[in-house]
Amino acid sequence: MDEQWQVAASAAKVDEPAPRTLLAKVWDRHVVAEPPGLPAVLYVDLHLVHEVTSPQAFAGLAARGLKVRRPDLTLATADHSVPTSDRSLPIVDDLARAQVERLERNCAEHGIPLHGMDSPHQGIVHVIGPELGLTQPGMTIVCGDSHTATHGASGALAFGIGTSEVEHVLATQTLLQRRPKTFEVRVEGRLAAGVTAKDVILALLARIGVGAGTGHVFEYTGPAIRALSMEQRMTICNMSIEGGARAGMVAPDDTTFEYTAGRPYAPRGADWEAALADWRTLPGDDGASFDRSVTLDAGRLEPMVTYGTNPGMGLPISGRVPDPDHAGDPAARRALAKALAYMDLRPGEPLLGRPVDVVFIGSCTNSRISDLRQAAQLLRGRRVDPGVRVLVVPGSQDVKRQAEAEGLAEVFRAAGAEWREAGCSMCLAMNGDQLGPGQYAVSTSNRNFEGRQGAGGRTFLASPLTAAASAIAGRIADARPLVERGV
Amino acid sequence: MAEPLRPFTSRLMPLPADNVDTDQIIPARFLKGTDKAGLGEGLFADWRYDADGQPREGFVLNRPEMAGRAVLLAGANFGSGSSREHAAWALRAFGFRAVLAPLFADIFRNNALKNGLLPVELPAEAHAELAAAVQADPDAQVTVDLESETVTLPGGRTVGFAVDPFARQMLLDGTDELGYLLSHGAAVAAYEDAHPARVDTTTPAWGG
Repeated sequence: MDEQWQVAASAAKVDEPAPRTLLAKVWDRHVVAEPPGLPAVLYVDLHLVHEVTSPQAFAGLAARGLKVRRPDLTLATADHSVPTSDRSLPIVDDLARAQVERLERNCAEHGIPLHGMDSPHQGIVHVIGPELGLTQPGMTIVCGDSHTATHGASGALAFGIGTSEVEHVLATQTLLQRRPKTFEVRVEGRLAAGVTAKDVILALLARIGVGAGTGHVFEYTGPAIRALSMEQRMTICNMSIEGGARAGMVAPDDTTFEYTAGRPYAPRGADWEAALADWRTLPGDDGASFDRSVTLDAGRLEPMVTYGTNPGMGLPISGRVPDPDHAGDPAARRALAKALAYMDLRPGEPLLGRPVDVVFIGSCTNSRISDLRQAAQLLRGRRVDPGVRVLVVPGSQDVKRQAEAEGLAEVFRAAGAEWREAGCSMCLAMNGDQLGPGQYAVSTSNRNFEGRQGAGGRTFLASPLTAAASAIAGRIADARPLVERGV
Repeated sequence: MAEPLRPFTSRLMPLPADNVDTDQIIPARFLKGTDKAGLGEGLFADWRYDADGQPREGFVLNRPEMAGRAVLLAGANFGSGSSREHAAWALRAFGFRAVLAPLFADIFRNNALKNGLLPVELPAEAHAELAAAVQADPDAQVTVDLESETVTLPGGRTVGFAVDPFARQMLLDGTDELGYLLSHGAAVAAYEDAHPARVDTTTPAWGG
């Protein structure tokens, strides 16, 4: 009898649709074709374009006599190689100027809207997408940039592509893709004061390493993620690629909807109501399973700082530089020894108190208004250390205007920091904003690779709070005493 | 159209570090071009040249006996970081036809496959065997055969690897994906009829 009942129950289960993850739901609705054994032809809802990874793709179109299929689903901006100094002057670097001009010509020729150097909405592509309301739940979004993962904070499937794929999307609005595996990153508990989204993602990377997410899409879940603002979720999703995952996602909720409502490209009126009803169906079903998972306890996290040359080489700020002799295997030992040699750090050395030359507050990871508010909160009424160059680079012209309206720009200037124009800037040092050989920076960006911020430069990745506290101290500093004092 | 990827035999260029990121493969300052010219010069530039632009003697790419080697023997998670396809272009421009590693970053793998640069993911033990063989005999050779998806190690042992079957066929035929995608035009149009656009980038809802 029991056995019979079990058979009946499992038969009934077969008839019900299998529970699906957020990724599966977004993926399934974008499959144009998926012949057996072949990759899916996946439809792209929004294609973001910038000056560095697109010129060869446009040249490829021209060589084949093709047009851009959907300029109305494409948006371009100039962010990577643009100077963050006076915008009224021409770009001094001939190559960078030629690249920006090529983007302008390509966009004009194909009817692609462009937020170029003179647009009031110019900015880092991953800042302006969400800010303008172009990034919406359930969409597929691609860009020739690995930090496209950022847009997953809205419950979109968003990932970076190469230039050949940029050409594919320009020509067909589709991509050939295999369905990725799923990796749940569950964050339990609550973050302590002075511990931020940046510390969550750096702690995750320190835990799982930089290759663990390869072949997977992260979905960030749990109460600590639910409690984060949209901008904080963007910071976390942004660095999914640093764990090897091309995309990171957060299921949309009221925080998402409130953030999106009323933005320039967001739906309005009846369209908004219809979109909202649809978006509420996107979160993963109960019982949907992930291929892999990891759990972090937010309550145990401290502010994080990296000490090495990949973003997985991170430590709680009170920690000490690890000893290669204690590394697990010969490869890890060699890698750690090489990283410490590049950084000129010694095993056992504390990170706190380490002098720095530059502090960079910016990048698609941490250049939004809430990041700038956090930094300004510590810098208000204080001065940065005279030995430190501090650059504050807003993520977009919209962020810049907002910061100026709120008086944050004045706080930064009064503290002795440089308040600059919007762009990627010193995150990847393409535009002249760069470290000198041997210099140390505390940076709110996403990559501490050798030479990333300038040949020979050395990067400590950290949160905007840690960056601001370090700017004041002239050395790596813990922001928590300042935060706890209520500043 | 690219050349069909036929079996080839080469000595190896060993670069044993794990997590070699695309900023090392081609630093960002080399990304300011609007074509693919000159990228071979920037390959591993910060490891290859000192601050004065002089070649660093010890670096593997600069060693005279390494000239002309078409296979890079790399560590795990090769090509991590930035999506820049310039990394694959630079490796190809320098003369590499395959990279052998225990793990590749996803975007780099895709970019490599689109440029006739074969990312050969080897099992850890085969990779270790190969590394040891190259250490013992720097002139050891491998044969890479995409058709049979095998690498023949210096000792004669044959090790299998897997490449996405679709990408494999493209490489064997010397064609690329865009033609295939374009052949789905009718299906894409039908999809677009059934799924109204989510946004119109040419017309913000707020009209400015």
